[in-house]
Amino acid sequence: MRLILVVLALSVLPQSGFAAEVGFPLFEMTPDLEDQGSLQRGAKIYMNYCLGCHSLQYQRYKRTAEDLGVPESLMLEHLVFDPNTKIGDPIKNTISKDNAKAWFGAVPPDLTLYTQLKGGPEYLYTYLLTFYEDSQRPLGANNLVYENVGMPHALLELQGVQKKVCKQIPKLAANGGEMMDPLSQNYITEEVCGLELIERGYSPLELVENSGQLTAEGYEQVVYDLTNFLYYVGDPSRLERERTGVFVLIFLAFFFVPAYLLAREYKKEFH
Amino acid sequence: MSAIEQSFKNVMAWIDDRLPVTEAYEKHLSKYYAPKNLNIWYYFGIFSFLVLANQLLTGIWLTMSYVPTGEEAFASVEYIMRDVEYGWMLRYMHSTGASAFFVVVYLHMFRGLLYGSYQKPRELIWILGMLIYIALMAEGFFGYLLPWGNMSFWGAQVIVSLASAIPLVGEDLAIWVRGDFNMSGVTLNRFFALHVVLVPLFLLVLVVLHVLALHEVGSNNPDGVDIKKTTDDTGKPLDGMPFHPYFTIGKLPGIIIFLFLFCAVMFFYPDGGGYLIEHPNYEPADPLKTPELIAPVWYYTPFYSMLRAATFPLFGLDAKFWGLVVMAGAIILPIVLPWLDKSPVKSIRYKGMGSKVMLGLFVIAFFILGYLGTVHPTPLRTLMAQICTGIYFAYFLLMPWYTAVEKTKPVPDRVTM
Repeated sequence: MRLILVVLALSVLPQSGFAAEVGFPLFEMTPDLEDQGSLQRGAKIYMNYCLGCHSLQYQRYKRTAEDLGVPESLMLEHLVFDPNTKIGDPIKNTISKDNAKAWFGAVPPDLTLYTQLKGGPEYLYTYLLTFYEDSQRPLGANNLVYENVGMPHALLELQGVQKKVCKQIPKLAANGGEMMDPLSQNYITEEVCGLELIERGYSPLELVENSGQLTAEGYEQVVYDLTNFLYYVGDPSRLERERTGVFVLIFLAFFFVPAYLLAREYKKEFH
Repeated sequence: MSAIEQSFKNVMAWIDDRLPVTEAYEKHLSKYYAPKNLNIWYYFGIFSFLVLANQLLTGIWLTMSYVPTGEEAFASVEYIMRDVEYGWMLRYMHSTGASAFFVVVYLHMFRGLLYGSYQKPRELIWILGMLIYIALMAEGFFGYLLPWGNMSFWGAQVIVSLASAIPLVGEDLAIWVRGDFNMSGVTLNRFFALHVVLVPLFLLVLVVLHVLALHEVGSNNPDGVDIKKTTDDTGKPLDGMPFHPYFTIGKLPGIIIFLFLFCAVMFFYPDGGGYLIEHPNYEPADPLKTPELIAPVWYYTPFYSMLRAATFPLFGLDAKFWGLVVMAGAIILPIVLPWLDKSPVKSIRYKGMGSKVMLGLFVIAFFILGYLGTVHPTPLRTLMAQICTGIYFAYFLLMPWYTAVEKTKPVPDRVTM
């Protein structure tokens, strides 16, 4: 699994502001709202695997279809499962709050604004990649980002089983370099577990071969698409906003020139 | 003279006999003389006007779609963001505008400190300005509850519960302010009324008075020289130029730069990395779920730090009560500034080392306090907050002493360009 531990303390500070501090370093995730294919795949995964428990109550099907370039008829046919739902309806589900609380220990939150709540898409992206098998938990799953989370691994059939492992990794010398045996030129290793592995840049999780439908890369793509979609849902006007912003700034930059020249003419009379 | 000009003149004469429009226009614009040497610090008053207009206009349109109830408020903001045409723009203009308002007002106030703009004969301008600032803080506070996000809720909860620190009447006072035993839809509703009606009315009246008082005595300038002392034969100040068109059009490039910066934030970083719109505010208010860190928006954080800096009880009263006293004192104390400054000169250019050092320390302390208000307190941070609070108060309370004993430089007769 690609494990990029870029977003460590310093780089996360200016981004996250007052965001909750998470112990696990988050993976980098750069959303791409121009990639409609990714957003459409993300929407498909969402409707099939997530919507049963997590609504998107502030977002409407119609708006989603428009923004994702999906014809309304296709949307209704393939992504709206309740025959009574109309295209202009918000994306809701029918899970009972009481049942949900009994099943999972907490009501699954609405996810419309989840990426914004977490200060960016990185949290969700990392979270979905770091489920692992844990027989101590009622639903058999635990998570590195959200310890003892009530949610089961909903994408288990796609990813397969991940186990938390300890690894043999090169020992660090006092100067910070990796220790090597001078005769055999092999690394001198030690067994490291948990958070220390993460700090050294290794994943503490190992995928059980062929336990899921997808390859590791295939699953990462699914998680990327899904996160990308939820990033879009968090603020659906983002693309339009940034496009408008470019025009506004260009206009102001041009307007500055005559305004400056005019002001200079008036200033001349000051002396 | 053409017929159109003649009839325009007649109409104006008719109006002027009944309402002094031309006279007001001349007094406040075309014949209001502002000093020639005004520098970049003199832009922030105009920017404040600009942001005020922005807040009023976008606020009106937001009100058209916002629902001030505990059940609907949060969803109605998302409705504005998603379903209302250009709703996202109105909302971000308003939320970015709130922060921009405080940026320009803080810089405007700093200008006053820098050039002694509060000194005689401008005491009333300063006092009215301080009242505007306090009204603005109230406006921001009431407005921040309206999105009914979780930080809205807990932020308001913390501040309102401060009232309960007041001995004897505190608890009842807090209930009276909230209209309920806890923050609720009732509180939201009254905050909405205060935010869109009462406080804006106050603000507008105060702004008008602030400007009227300014135009009565005229603008100060970076030299602190009275430009009315040197006039030509017709009584026009030699170092002044009519406000319109020289300062209206003359400041247009600066206004465009300001709009550029404003729009850059508004279109590309509307939540300002969690500083303009705090992340916990993306989930609805939940009385059972306290955010990990309750921090007010950045423009209150210096005062929030001072509130938290009071950590020990005194005279049998809670530390919380003294925190409230310190915070309220810090906000109110600058009002008497005109009578604390004993310096014979106005501008920092001609003041002595004491004033310069103290102003520098004051600004540094204010920034540190601002930062400390955004993070979890630790013993070291609390100590720093206490020191900075001390500096904040020392700047004002020691002013009668250090401005009186320091050696000042001679002030020129005319402004320097």
